[in-house]
Amino acid sequence: MLNVALPKGRLGEKVYAMFEAAGYECPSIKENNRKLIFENEEKQVRYFWVKPSDVAIYVERGAADIGVAGKDILLEYAPDVYELLDLDLGKCRMAVAAPCDFHDDGQKTLKVATKFTNIAANYYASLGREIDIIKLNGSIEIAPILKLSDVIVDIVETGTTLKENNLEVKSTIVPISARLISNKSSFKFKGTDIEKIVESIKNQVKNND
Amino acid sequence: MINSNILRNDEKAIFALRELYEKYGYKPFKMSKFEEYEFYIQNKDFLVSDRIIAFNDTSGKLLALKPDVTLSIIKNGEDVEGFKQKVCYNENVYRVSENTHQFKEIMQTGVECIGDISLYDIYEMVVMAAESLALISDDFVLEVSHLGLISSLLDNICKNANFKAEAIKFISDKNSHDLARICDENNVAELDKIALQNFVSIYGERNAVLQKLEDENVNIGKDNINILRTLSNMLDNLSFSGKIKFDFSAVSDMNYYNGIVFKGYINGLSQSVLSGGQYDNLLYKMGRKSGAIGFAIYLDLLEDLPREKQNFDIDVLLLCDGKTDNQLLIDTVNQIVACGKTVSVQNADVGKIRYKELNDIRGGV
Repeated sequence: MLNVALPKGRLGEKVYAMFEAAGYECPSIKENNRKLIFENEEKQVRYFWVKPSDVAIYVERGAADIGVAGKDILLEYAPDVYELLDLDLGKCRMAVAAPCDFHDDGQKTLKVATKFTNIAANYYASLGREIDIIKLNGSIEIAPILKLSDVIVDIVETGTTLKENNLEVKSTIVPISARLISNKSSFKFKGTDIEKIVESIKNQVKNND
Repeated sequence: MINSNILRNDEKAIFALRELYEKYGYKPFKMSKFEEYEFYIQNKDFLVSDRIIAFNDTSGKLLALKPDVTLSIIKNGEDVEGFKQKVCYNENVYRVSENTHQFKEIMQTGVECIGDISLYDIYEMVVMAAESLALISDDFVLEVSHLGLISSLLDNICKNANFKAEAIKFISDKNSHDLARICDENNVAELDKIALQNFVSIYGERNAVLQKLEDENVNIGKDNINILRTLSNMLDNLSFSGKIKFDFSAVSDMNYYNGIVFKGYINGLSQSVLSGGQYDNLLYKMGRKSGAIGFAIYLDLLEDLPREKQNFDIDVLLLCDGKTDNQLLIDTVNQIVACGKTVSVQNADVGKIRYKELNDIRGGV
């Protein structure tokens, strides 16, 4: 039985469609109910919906053999998993944004507000820039407006929210998209099934290009 | 004799593994629980985490609870021409858990061979690693990689040190898409980029891997491939030869490790339980001339191996009270134990113990 952790929400539904097209369908998942685990005995596959940021934990700990997680989560928590495929879905970027008139002259410690403290710390360490990280859990955009921080490090999709708050992208740290991940041990013992899925989804991604 | 049914998986493994290592001439090495804190600080890059439990001893000297065993063994050895120090150990180490971020006591068993390391020594170590896994479960995989080969491949593609560090991470993650991205960012030639991406997908059965490396004409150095081929041939006759595979995603810190490295997995456990390889670079950094190879098994992970489900805590729950005659109680216990049953003497059945039989001699004289 192959256990698959899917992220709840629209991204998860798109990803399930890819698994279905790969021949690992599970019709009960489309029933309108509040169940979280769905199984197709014949296809030897079990899907479960989990919070998107938890997928990597389920996979790393082996509760799921494979799953789909955003690159932002993989960079932030650095789970010990294989990252087998870029699904080219949920594309956005991790960026540094600041008020349009902000200029970093490098003369003082830079105050950085973010949900992604590890990504921010690693990025500025690579630049040798001293920073003060302010961990926030939401509404990151208001931090520079209220002078809580100089800049923010956050996911930018279209840039509309930034624009509406008079912020702009100052630099891109890394492109983000959904990735197919596998538990390392599961890959050793269920590798044939996992490779079959990866190959099929890889072709679907290519055809969508 | 110990009844093996009462032992936990990790306890069973300790005895079986020690017997295995002694067969190959590896002698138990007993070390102190503490080392000087300064010693670990000097070698902190070798440690899994730089967070160490430190304390002052009675003379004020700063000591640390061992976070690692290998460093202590190397420190206590000496280079003697023609001699290989072969030791095994079974020790607790104290590290910060990656999951809970709290200190954790980890029972670790392992072996080290320090001296002039030959190909036979590498073979012996790989065989002992595979046999160790086989003692724990039939369903295992030992994956073998070669750091010299990966290093030579990357050095031939791009000299940038940051590129190399990132590329090694992506190779260990089997992440060919981000490998392609950093190749583009570092202006790596298209053919080299494709070769590197293909390299990530080369793993599995040993001869098939060697054939693919040849077919792809990957630039990995003739010596490295010859070592892998010879080692693979030497392993061919083992009964579990098919479970020893080549997989270059098994990488370790190149500041200390070099040459052959390996990781062992057991079906049903979510992470590798065995990790090891050649670490000549560590000895060099500590001013020694010898080479070294070894591995460790993380016994705490064996807790997650399936165990036979116990429906009962005890065979007989024997109830007595202040009025029960002591001789009657002793005789009853002795009778039960003599039948090979387990017994727990209690004053009442309060639902805390699951038992097969209840024997109530309360008030009995």
